[in-house]
Amino acid sequence: MHAVQMKGIVKRFADLVANDHVDFDLEKGEIHALLGENGAGKTTLMRILYGLYHADEGQILINGSPVAIHAPRDAIKLGIGMVTQHFTLVPTLTVAENMVLGETGSFTINLKEIEKKVAEASKRFGVPVNPHALIRHLSVGERQRVEILKALYHDAQILILDEPTAVLVPQEVEVLFNALLRLQKDGLSVVFISHHLNEVMQICNRVTVLRDGKLTGTVKIADTNLKDLANMMVGRENFGVTRQGEREQGKVELRIEKINAVDKKGLQALKDVSLEVRQGEILGLAGVSGNGQTELSAVLCGTQKITSGKVFAGDVDLSSADTSDVCAAGVGRIPEDRHANLVGELSVAENLILDQMDKFKKNGIMDQQKIQDNAEELIKTYNIKANANDRLRTLSGGNMQKVMLARTLSQNPRIVIASQPTRGLDVGATDYVRSTLLEQRDRGAAVLLLSEDLEEIMALSDRIAVIYGGKIMGVLPAQEATAEKLGLMMAGSAA
Amino acid sequence: MTKYRIERAPAPGWMRILIPLLAIPVTFLLTSVIILLDGANPFTTYYHFLVSPLAGRVSAIEVFVKSTPLLLTGAAVAFAFKGGYWNIGAEGQLYAGAIAATFVGTVLLDVPPIIGIPAMVIGGFAGGLLWALPSAILKVKLGVDEVVTTLLMNSIVLNVTSFLLNGPWRNPVSMWPQSPEISAGTVFPQLIPRSRLHFGIIIAVIVILIIWFVISRTSFGLKMRAIGLSKEGARFAGIKVNKTMLIVALVSGGIAGLAGAGEVAGIHFHLIDAISDGLGYSGITIATLGGLHPLGVGISALFIGLIDTGAQTVSRVLGVPVYLGDVVQSTLLLVTLSLFVLQNFRIRRVN
Ligand SMILES: Nc1ncnc2c1ncn2[C@@H]1O[C@H](COP(=O)(O)OP(=O)(O)O)[C@@H](O)[C@H]1O
Ligand SMILES: [Mg+2]
Repeated sequence: MHAVQMKGIVKRFADLVANDHVDFDLEKGEIHALLGENGAGKTTLMRILYGLYHADEGQILINGSPVAIHAPRDAIKLGIGMVTQHFTLVPTLTVAENMVLGETGSFTINLKEIEKKVAEASKRFGVPVNPHALIRHLSVGERQRVEILKALYHDAQILILDEPTAVLVPQEVEVLFNALLRLQKDGLSVVFISHHLNEVMQICNRVTVLRDGKLTGTVKIADTNLKDLANMMVGRENFGVTRQGEREQGKVELRIEKINAVDKKGLQALKDVSLEVRQGEILGLAGVSGNGQTELSAVLCGTQKITSGKVFAGDVDLSSADTSDVCAAGVGRIPEDRHANLVGELSVAENLILDQMDKFKKNGIMDQQKIQDNAEELIKTYNIKANANDRLRTLSGGNMQKVMLARTLSQNPRIVIASQPTRGLDVGATDYVRSTLLEQRDRGAAVLLLSEDLEEIMALSDRIAVIYGGKIMGVLPAQEATAEKLGLMMAGSAA
Repeated sequence: MTKYRIERAPAPGWMRILIPLLAIPVTFLLTSVIILLDGANPFTTYYHFLVSPLAGRVSAIEVFVKSTPLLLTGAAVAFAFKGGYWNIGAEGQLYAGAIAATFVGTVLLDVPPIIGIPAMVIGGFAGGLLWALPSAILKVKLGVDEVVTTLLMNSIVLNVTSFLLNGPWRNPVSMWPQSPEISAGTVFPQLIPRSRLHFGIIIAVIVILIIWFVISRTSFGLKMRAIGLSKEGARFAGIKVNKTMLIVALVSGGIAGLAGAGEVAGIHFHLIDAISDGLGYSGITIATLGGLHPLGVGISALFIGLIDTGAQTVSRVLGVPVYLGDVVQSTLLLVTLSLFVLQNFRIRRVN
């Protein structure tokens, strides 16, 4: 018996086909993985099922009968619940209040009654939450449980989880999996979106693989293995670029001494962070999202001020530097948010010189020919699929990232700060970015790599530091850093 | 069953150029309702609005006279907007420029034009610049919204003008609220004998060419465009956002000030309360209609100048209130802005 059948789903965003005639079915009581690289179209497919997007073509059947889902409220009525990648809870309200948000049932709210019902549901479904707690006091793992319970509370028979493990440390993943297995026994059907093969192998019954918006296939877990799945997902067995060999380490190029900084809300985000990055090495900074990486990157990029501490690039004191000082000191920056840090409405050529205008002007007048030549050369070297005069915003994420890389790295910076450099990129672009970072290391640059992708950190780094709650939990040489050790540190225990 | 759905889908680039042209017929359709309510024939009205002024030599020249300050306020606003600074205060900066020019013109007695005219230009520019200064500093130092402060500065300068005209500058002979005449050496020369067309329009054209060059060819222009399009992206690239924005704001004020100087030195030869009557606000319409491009600004300033002249023809010939010109102008701004928003959407039929 099928809980969900999606047939021939097509979804276009302008020219991009995010779902290209995708078939998907979910049996009652199974945990079904939706596997695929970033950008494969997993989220899009499930947002269609939940009524957040509308398919351009295709049909959806729930329990065998065709349905029209125009909005999430239609999906909820049909027994579908979704936990999105970005949580939708209101931080200043309690768990119970969040549960009934938009669905109070009557004009007045009886909070006591609701809290009781939530507590009951929490017990019945085996998803432990405290109904009185304010959301903002909860950890990410707990918030996720609230999201799940919220779906169940509204009688979801079908639960969609969009990359639920991306925000969790390994120990929390275990808790989540146990809860899911228990709910499965009670008859819940689950769609589990992921791009982590191990997880999929661990708890799913079947797996549907998407690649570039197209269906690669659906297989039983029992009939497949890691290697085959990897193959289906990326179209080749061997993926990823890795660091080769050890390097003679040079002198310290980037020195961070006991810096403190606050986040947007004014809360302490970095606590006495000290790190040293040497010439010719990649220092990887691992950590679960939201543990101070964003702030550290902003500080090193010159877009955020520290409240105390020191930062040195070689002998240059950058402790109170702004972006122009940082550029002048030879620090190359590949920021987390490339959309915000390039100018979408300017051309590729203009973006490529924006942080080095002085080299392209004579008496204050821009040398158009030189700008054009520079762009054409970099487009060739960095394999950017665009014309020099295209507006930047028309480029794909991968090509935008290449523009950022080209601009930064063509200036041969002595220090490179790379923040989530491959997030949202396809396999080809990811490989490209990673090998470029390795080239910088081999050239002798000091590279600080901040990434939430542990595999990436382990594949590229000579040494690995872990950040948790704004503190550095320890620094390990690559040879000693196992996923297990790092996982523990990412969850907050010292090395 | 067929349904229609509104979707986000940005229109291709050439639509942006078409929009101002599309806005004009839409505006006339909308305003014809008001014209009909007033009992006039829309077609005759439009004829007098758009064609009559160009038919006669005198009124055709008058179109350029009306356009002179509009070219400058349009340029001032477009320059600021292009650099991400929302200067709504061209009106006030124009007044400040007019006050400063009047001061120069009444203080410099017996100077030859070769000194007097440049002094008027510098004075007008400095006046507008000074009036733009407080808002600009509040913006870059404290992050105070410039839309609010530049707008408020407009009301202040009106009171300053009133004070001057009813106090120290009141005409001692007639006792009218009007300043003494500026000296002969500071008057802008006439370009066509027995017309009001004056040297100011040459200044306006030069200013437009200069800002076009600065915006599109210089490193300062690239910096200000980057800021206008994405402050964050510009800042990340090491551009000094606050410093650049401060300069943009002050230059914009200065350009608006030139418009005021032109009205004093080329038209009235003294300061009066009604020296502007909304020229600065029209600058916003003109800048928007011209797509913030200096050449677009030039064309739309001439167009608004035509409407302003036409409004007088219409009221003279048909007895329709002269305010119709303002109505058309405001409607045109609203329609243009709406079209700029609407171009990002499309309606699609779904089955
Ligand atoms: N709202 C949207 N507008 C435009 N493009 C989108 C939108 N949502 C997703 N995409 C694009 O569709 C593709 C698939 O995205 P998504 O479904 O989020 O992938 P996944 O979840 O597998 O990482 C990507 O290239 C993405 O950039
Ligand atoms: Mg996704």
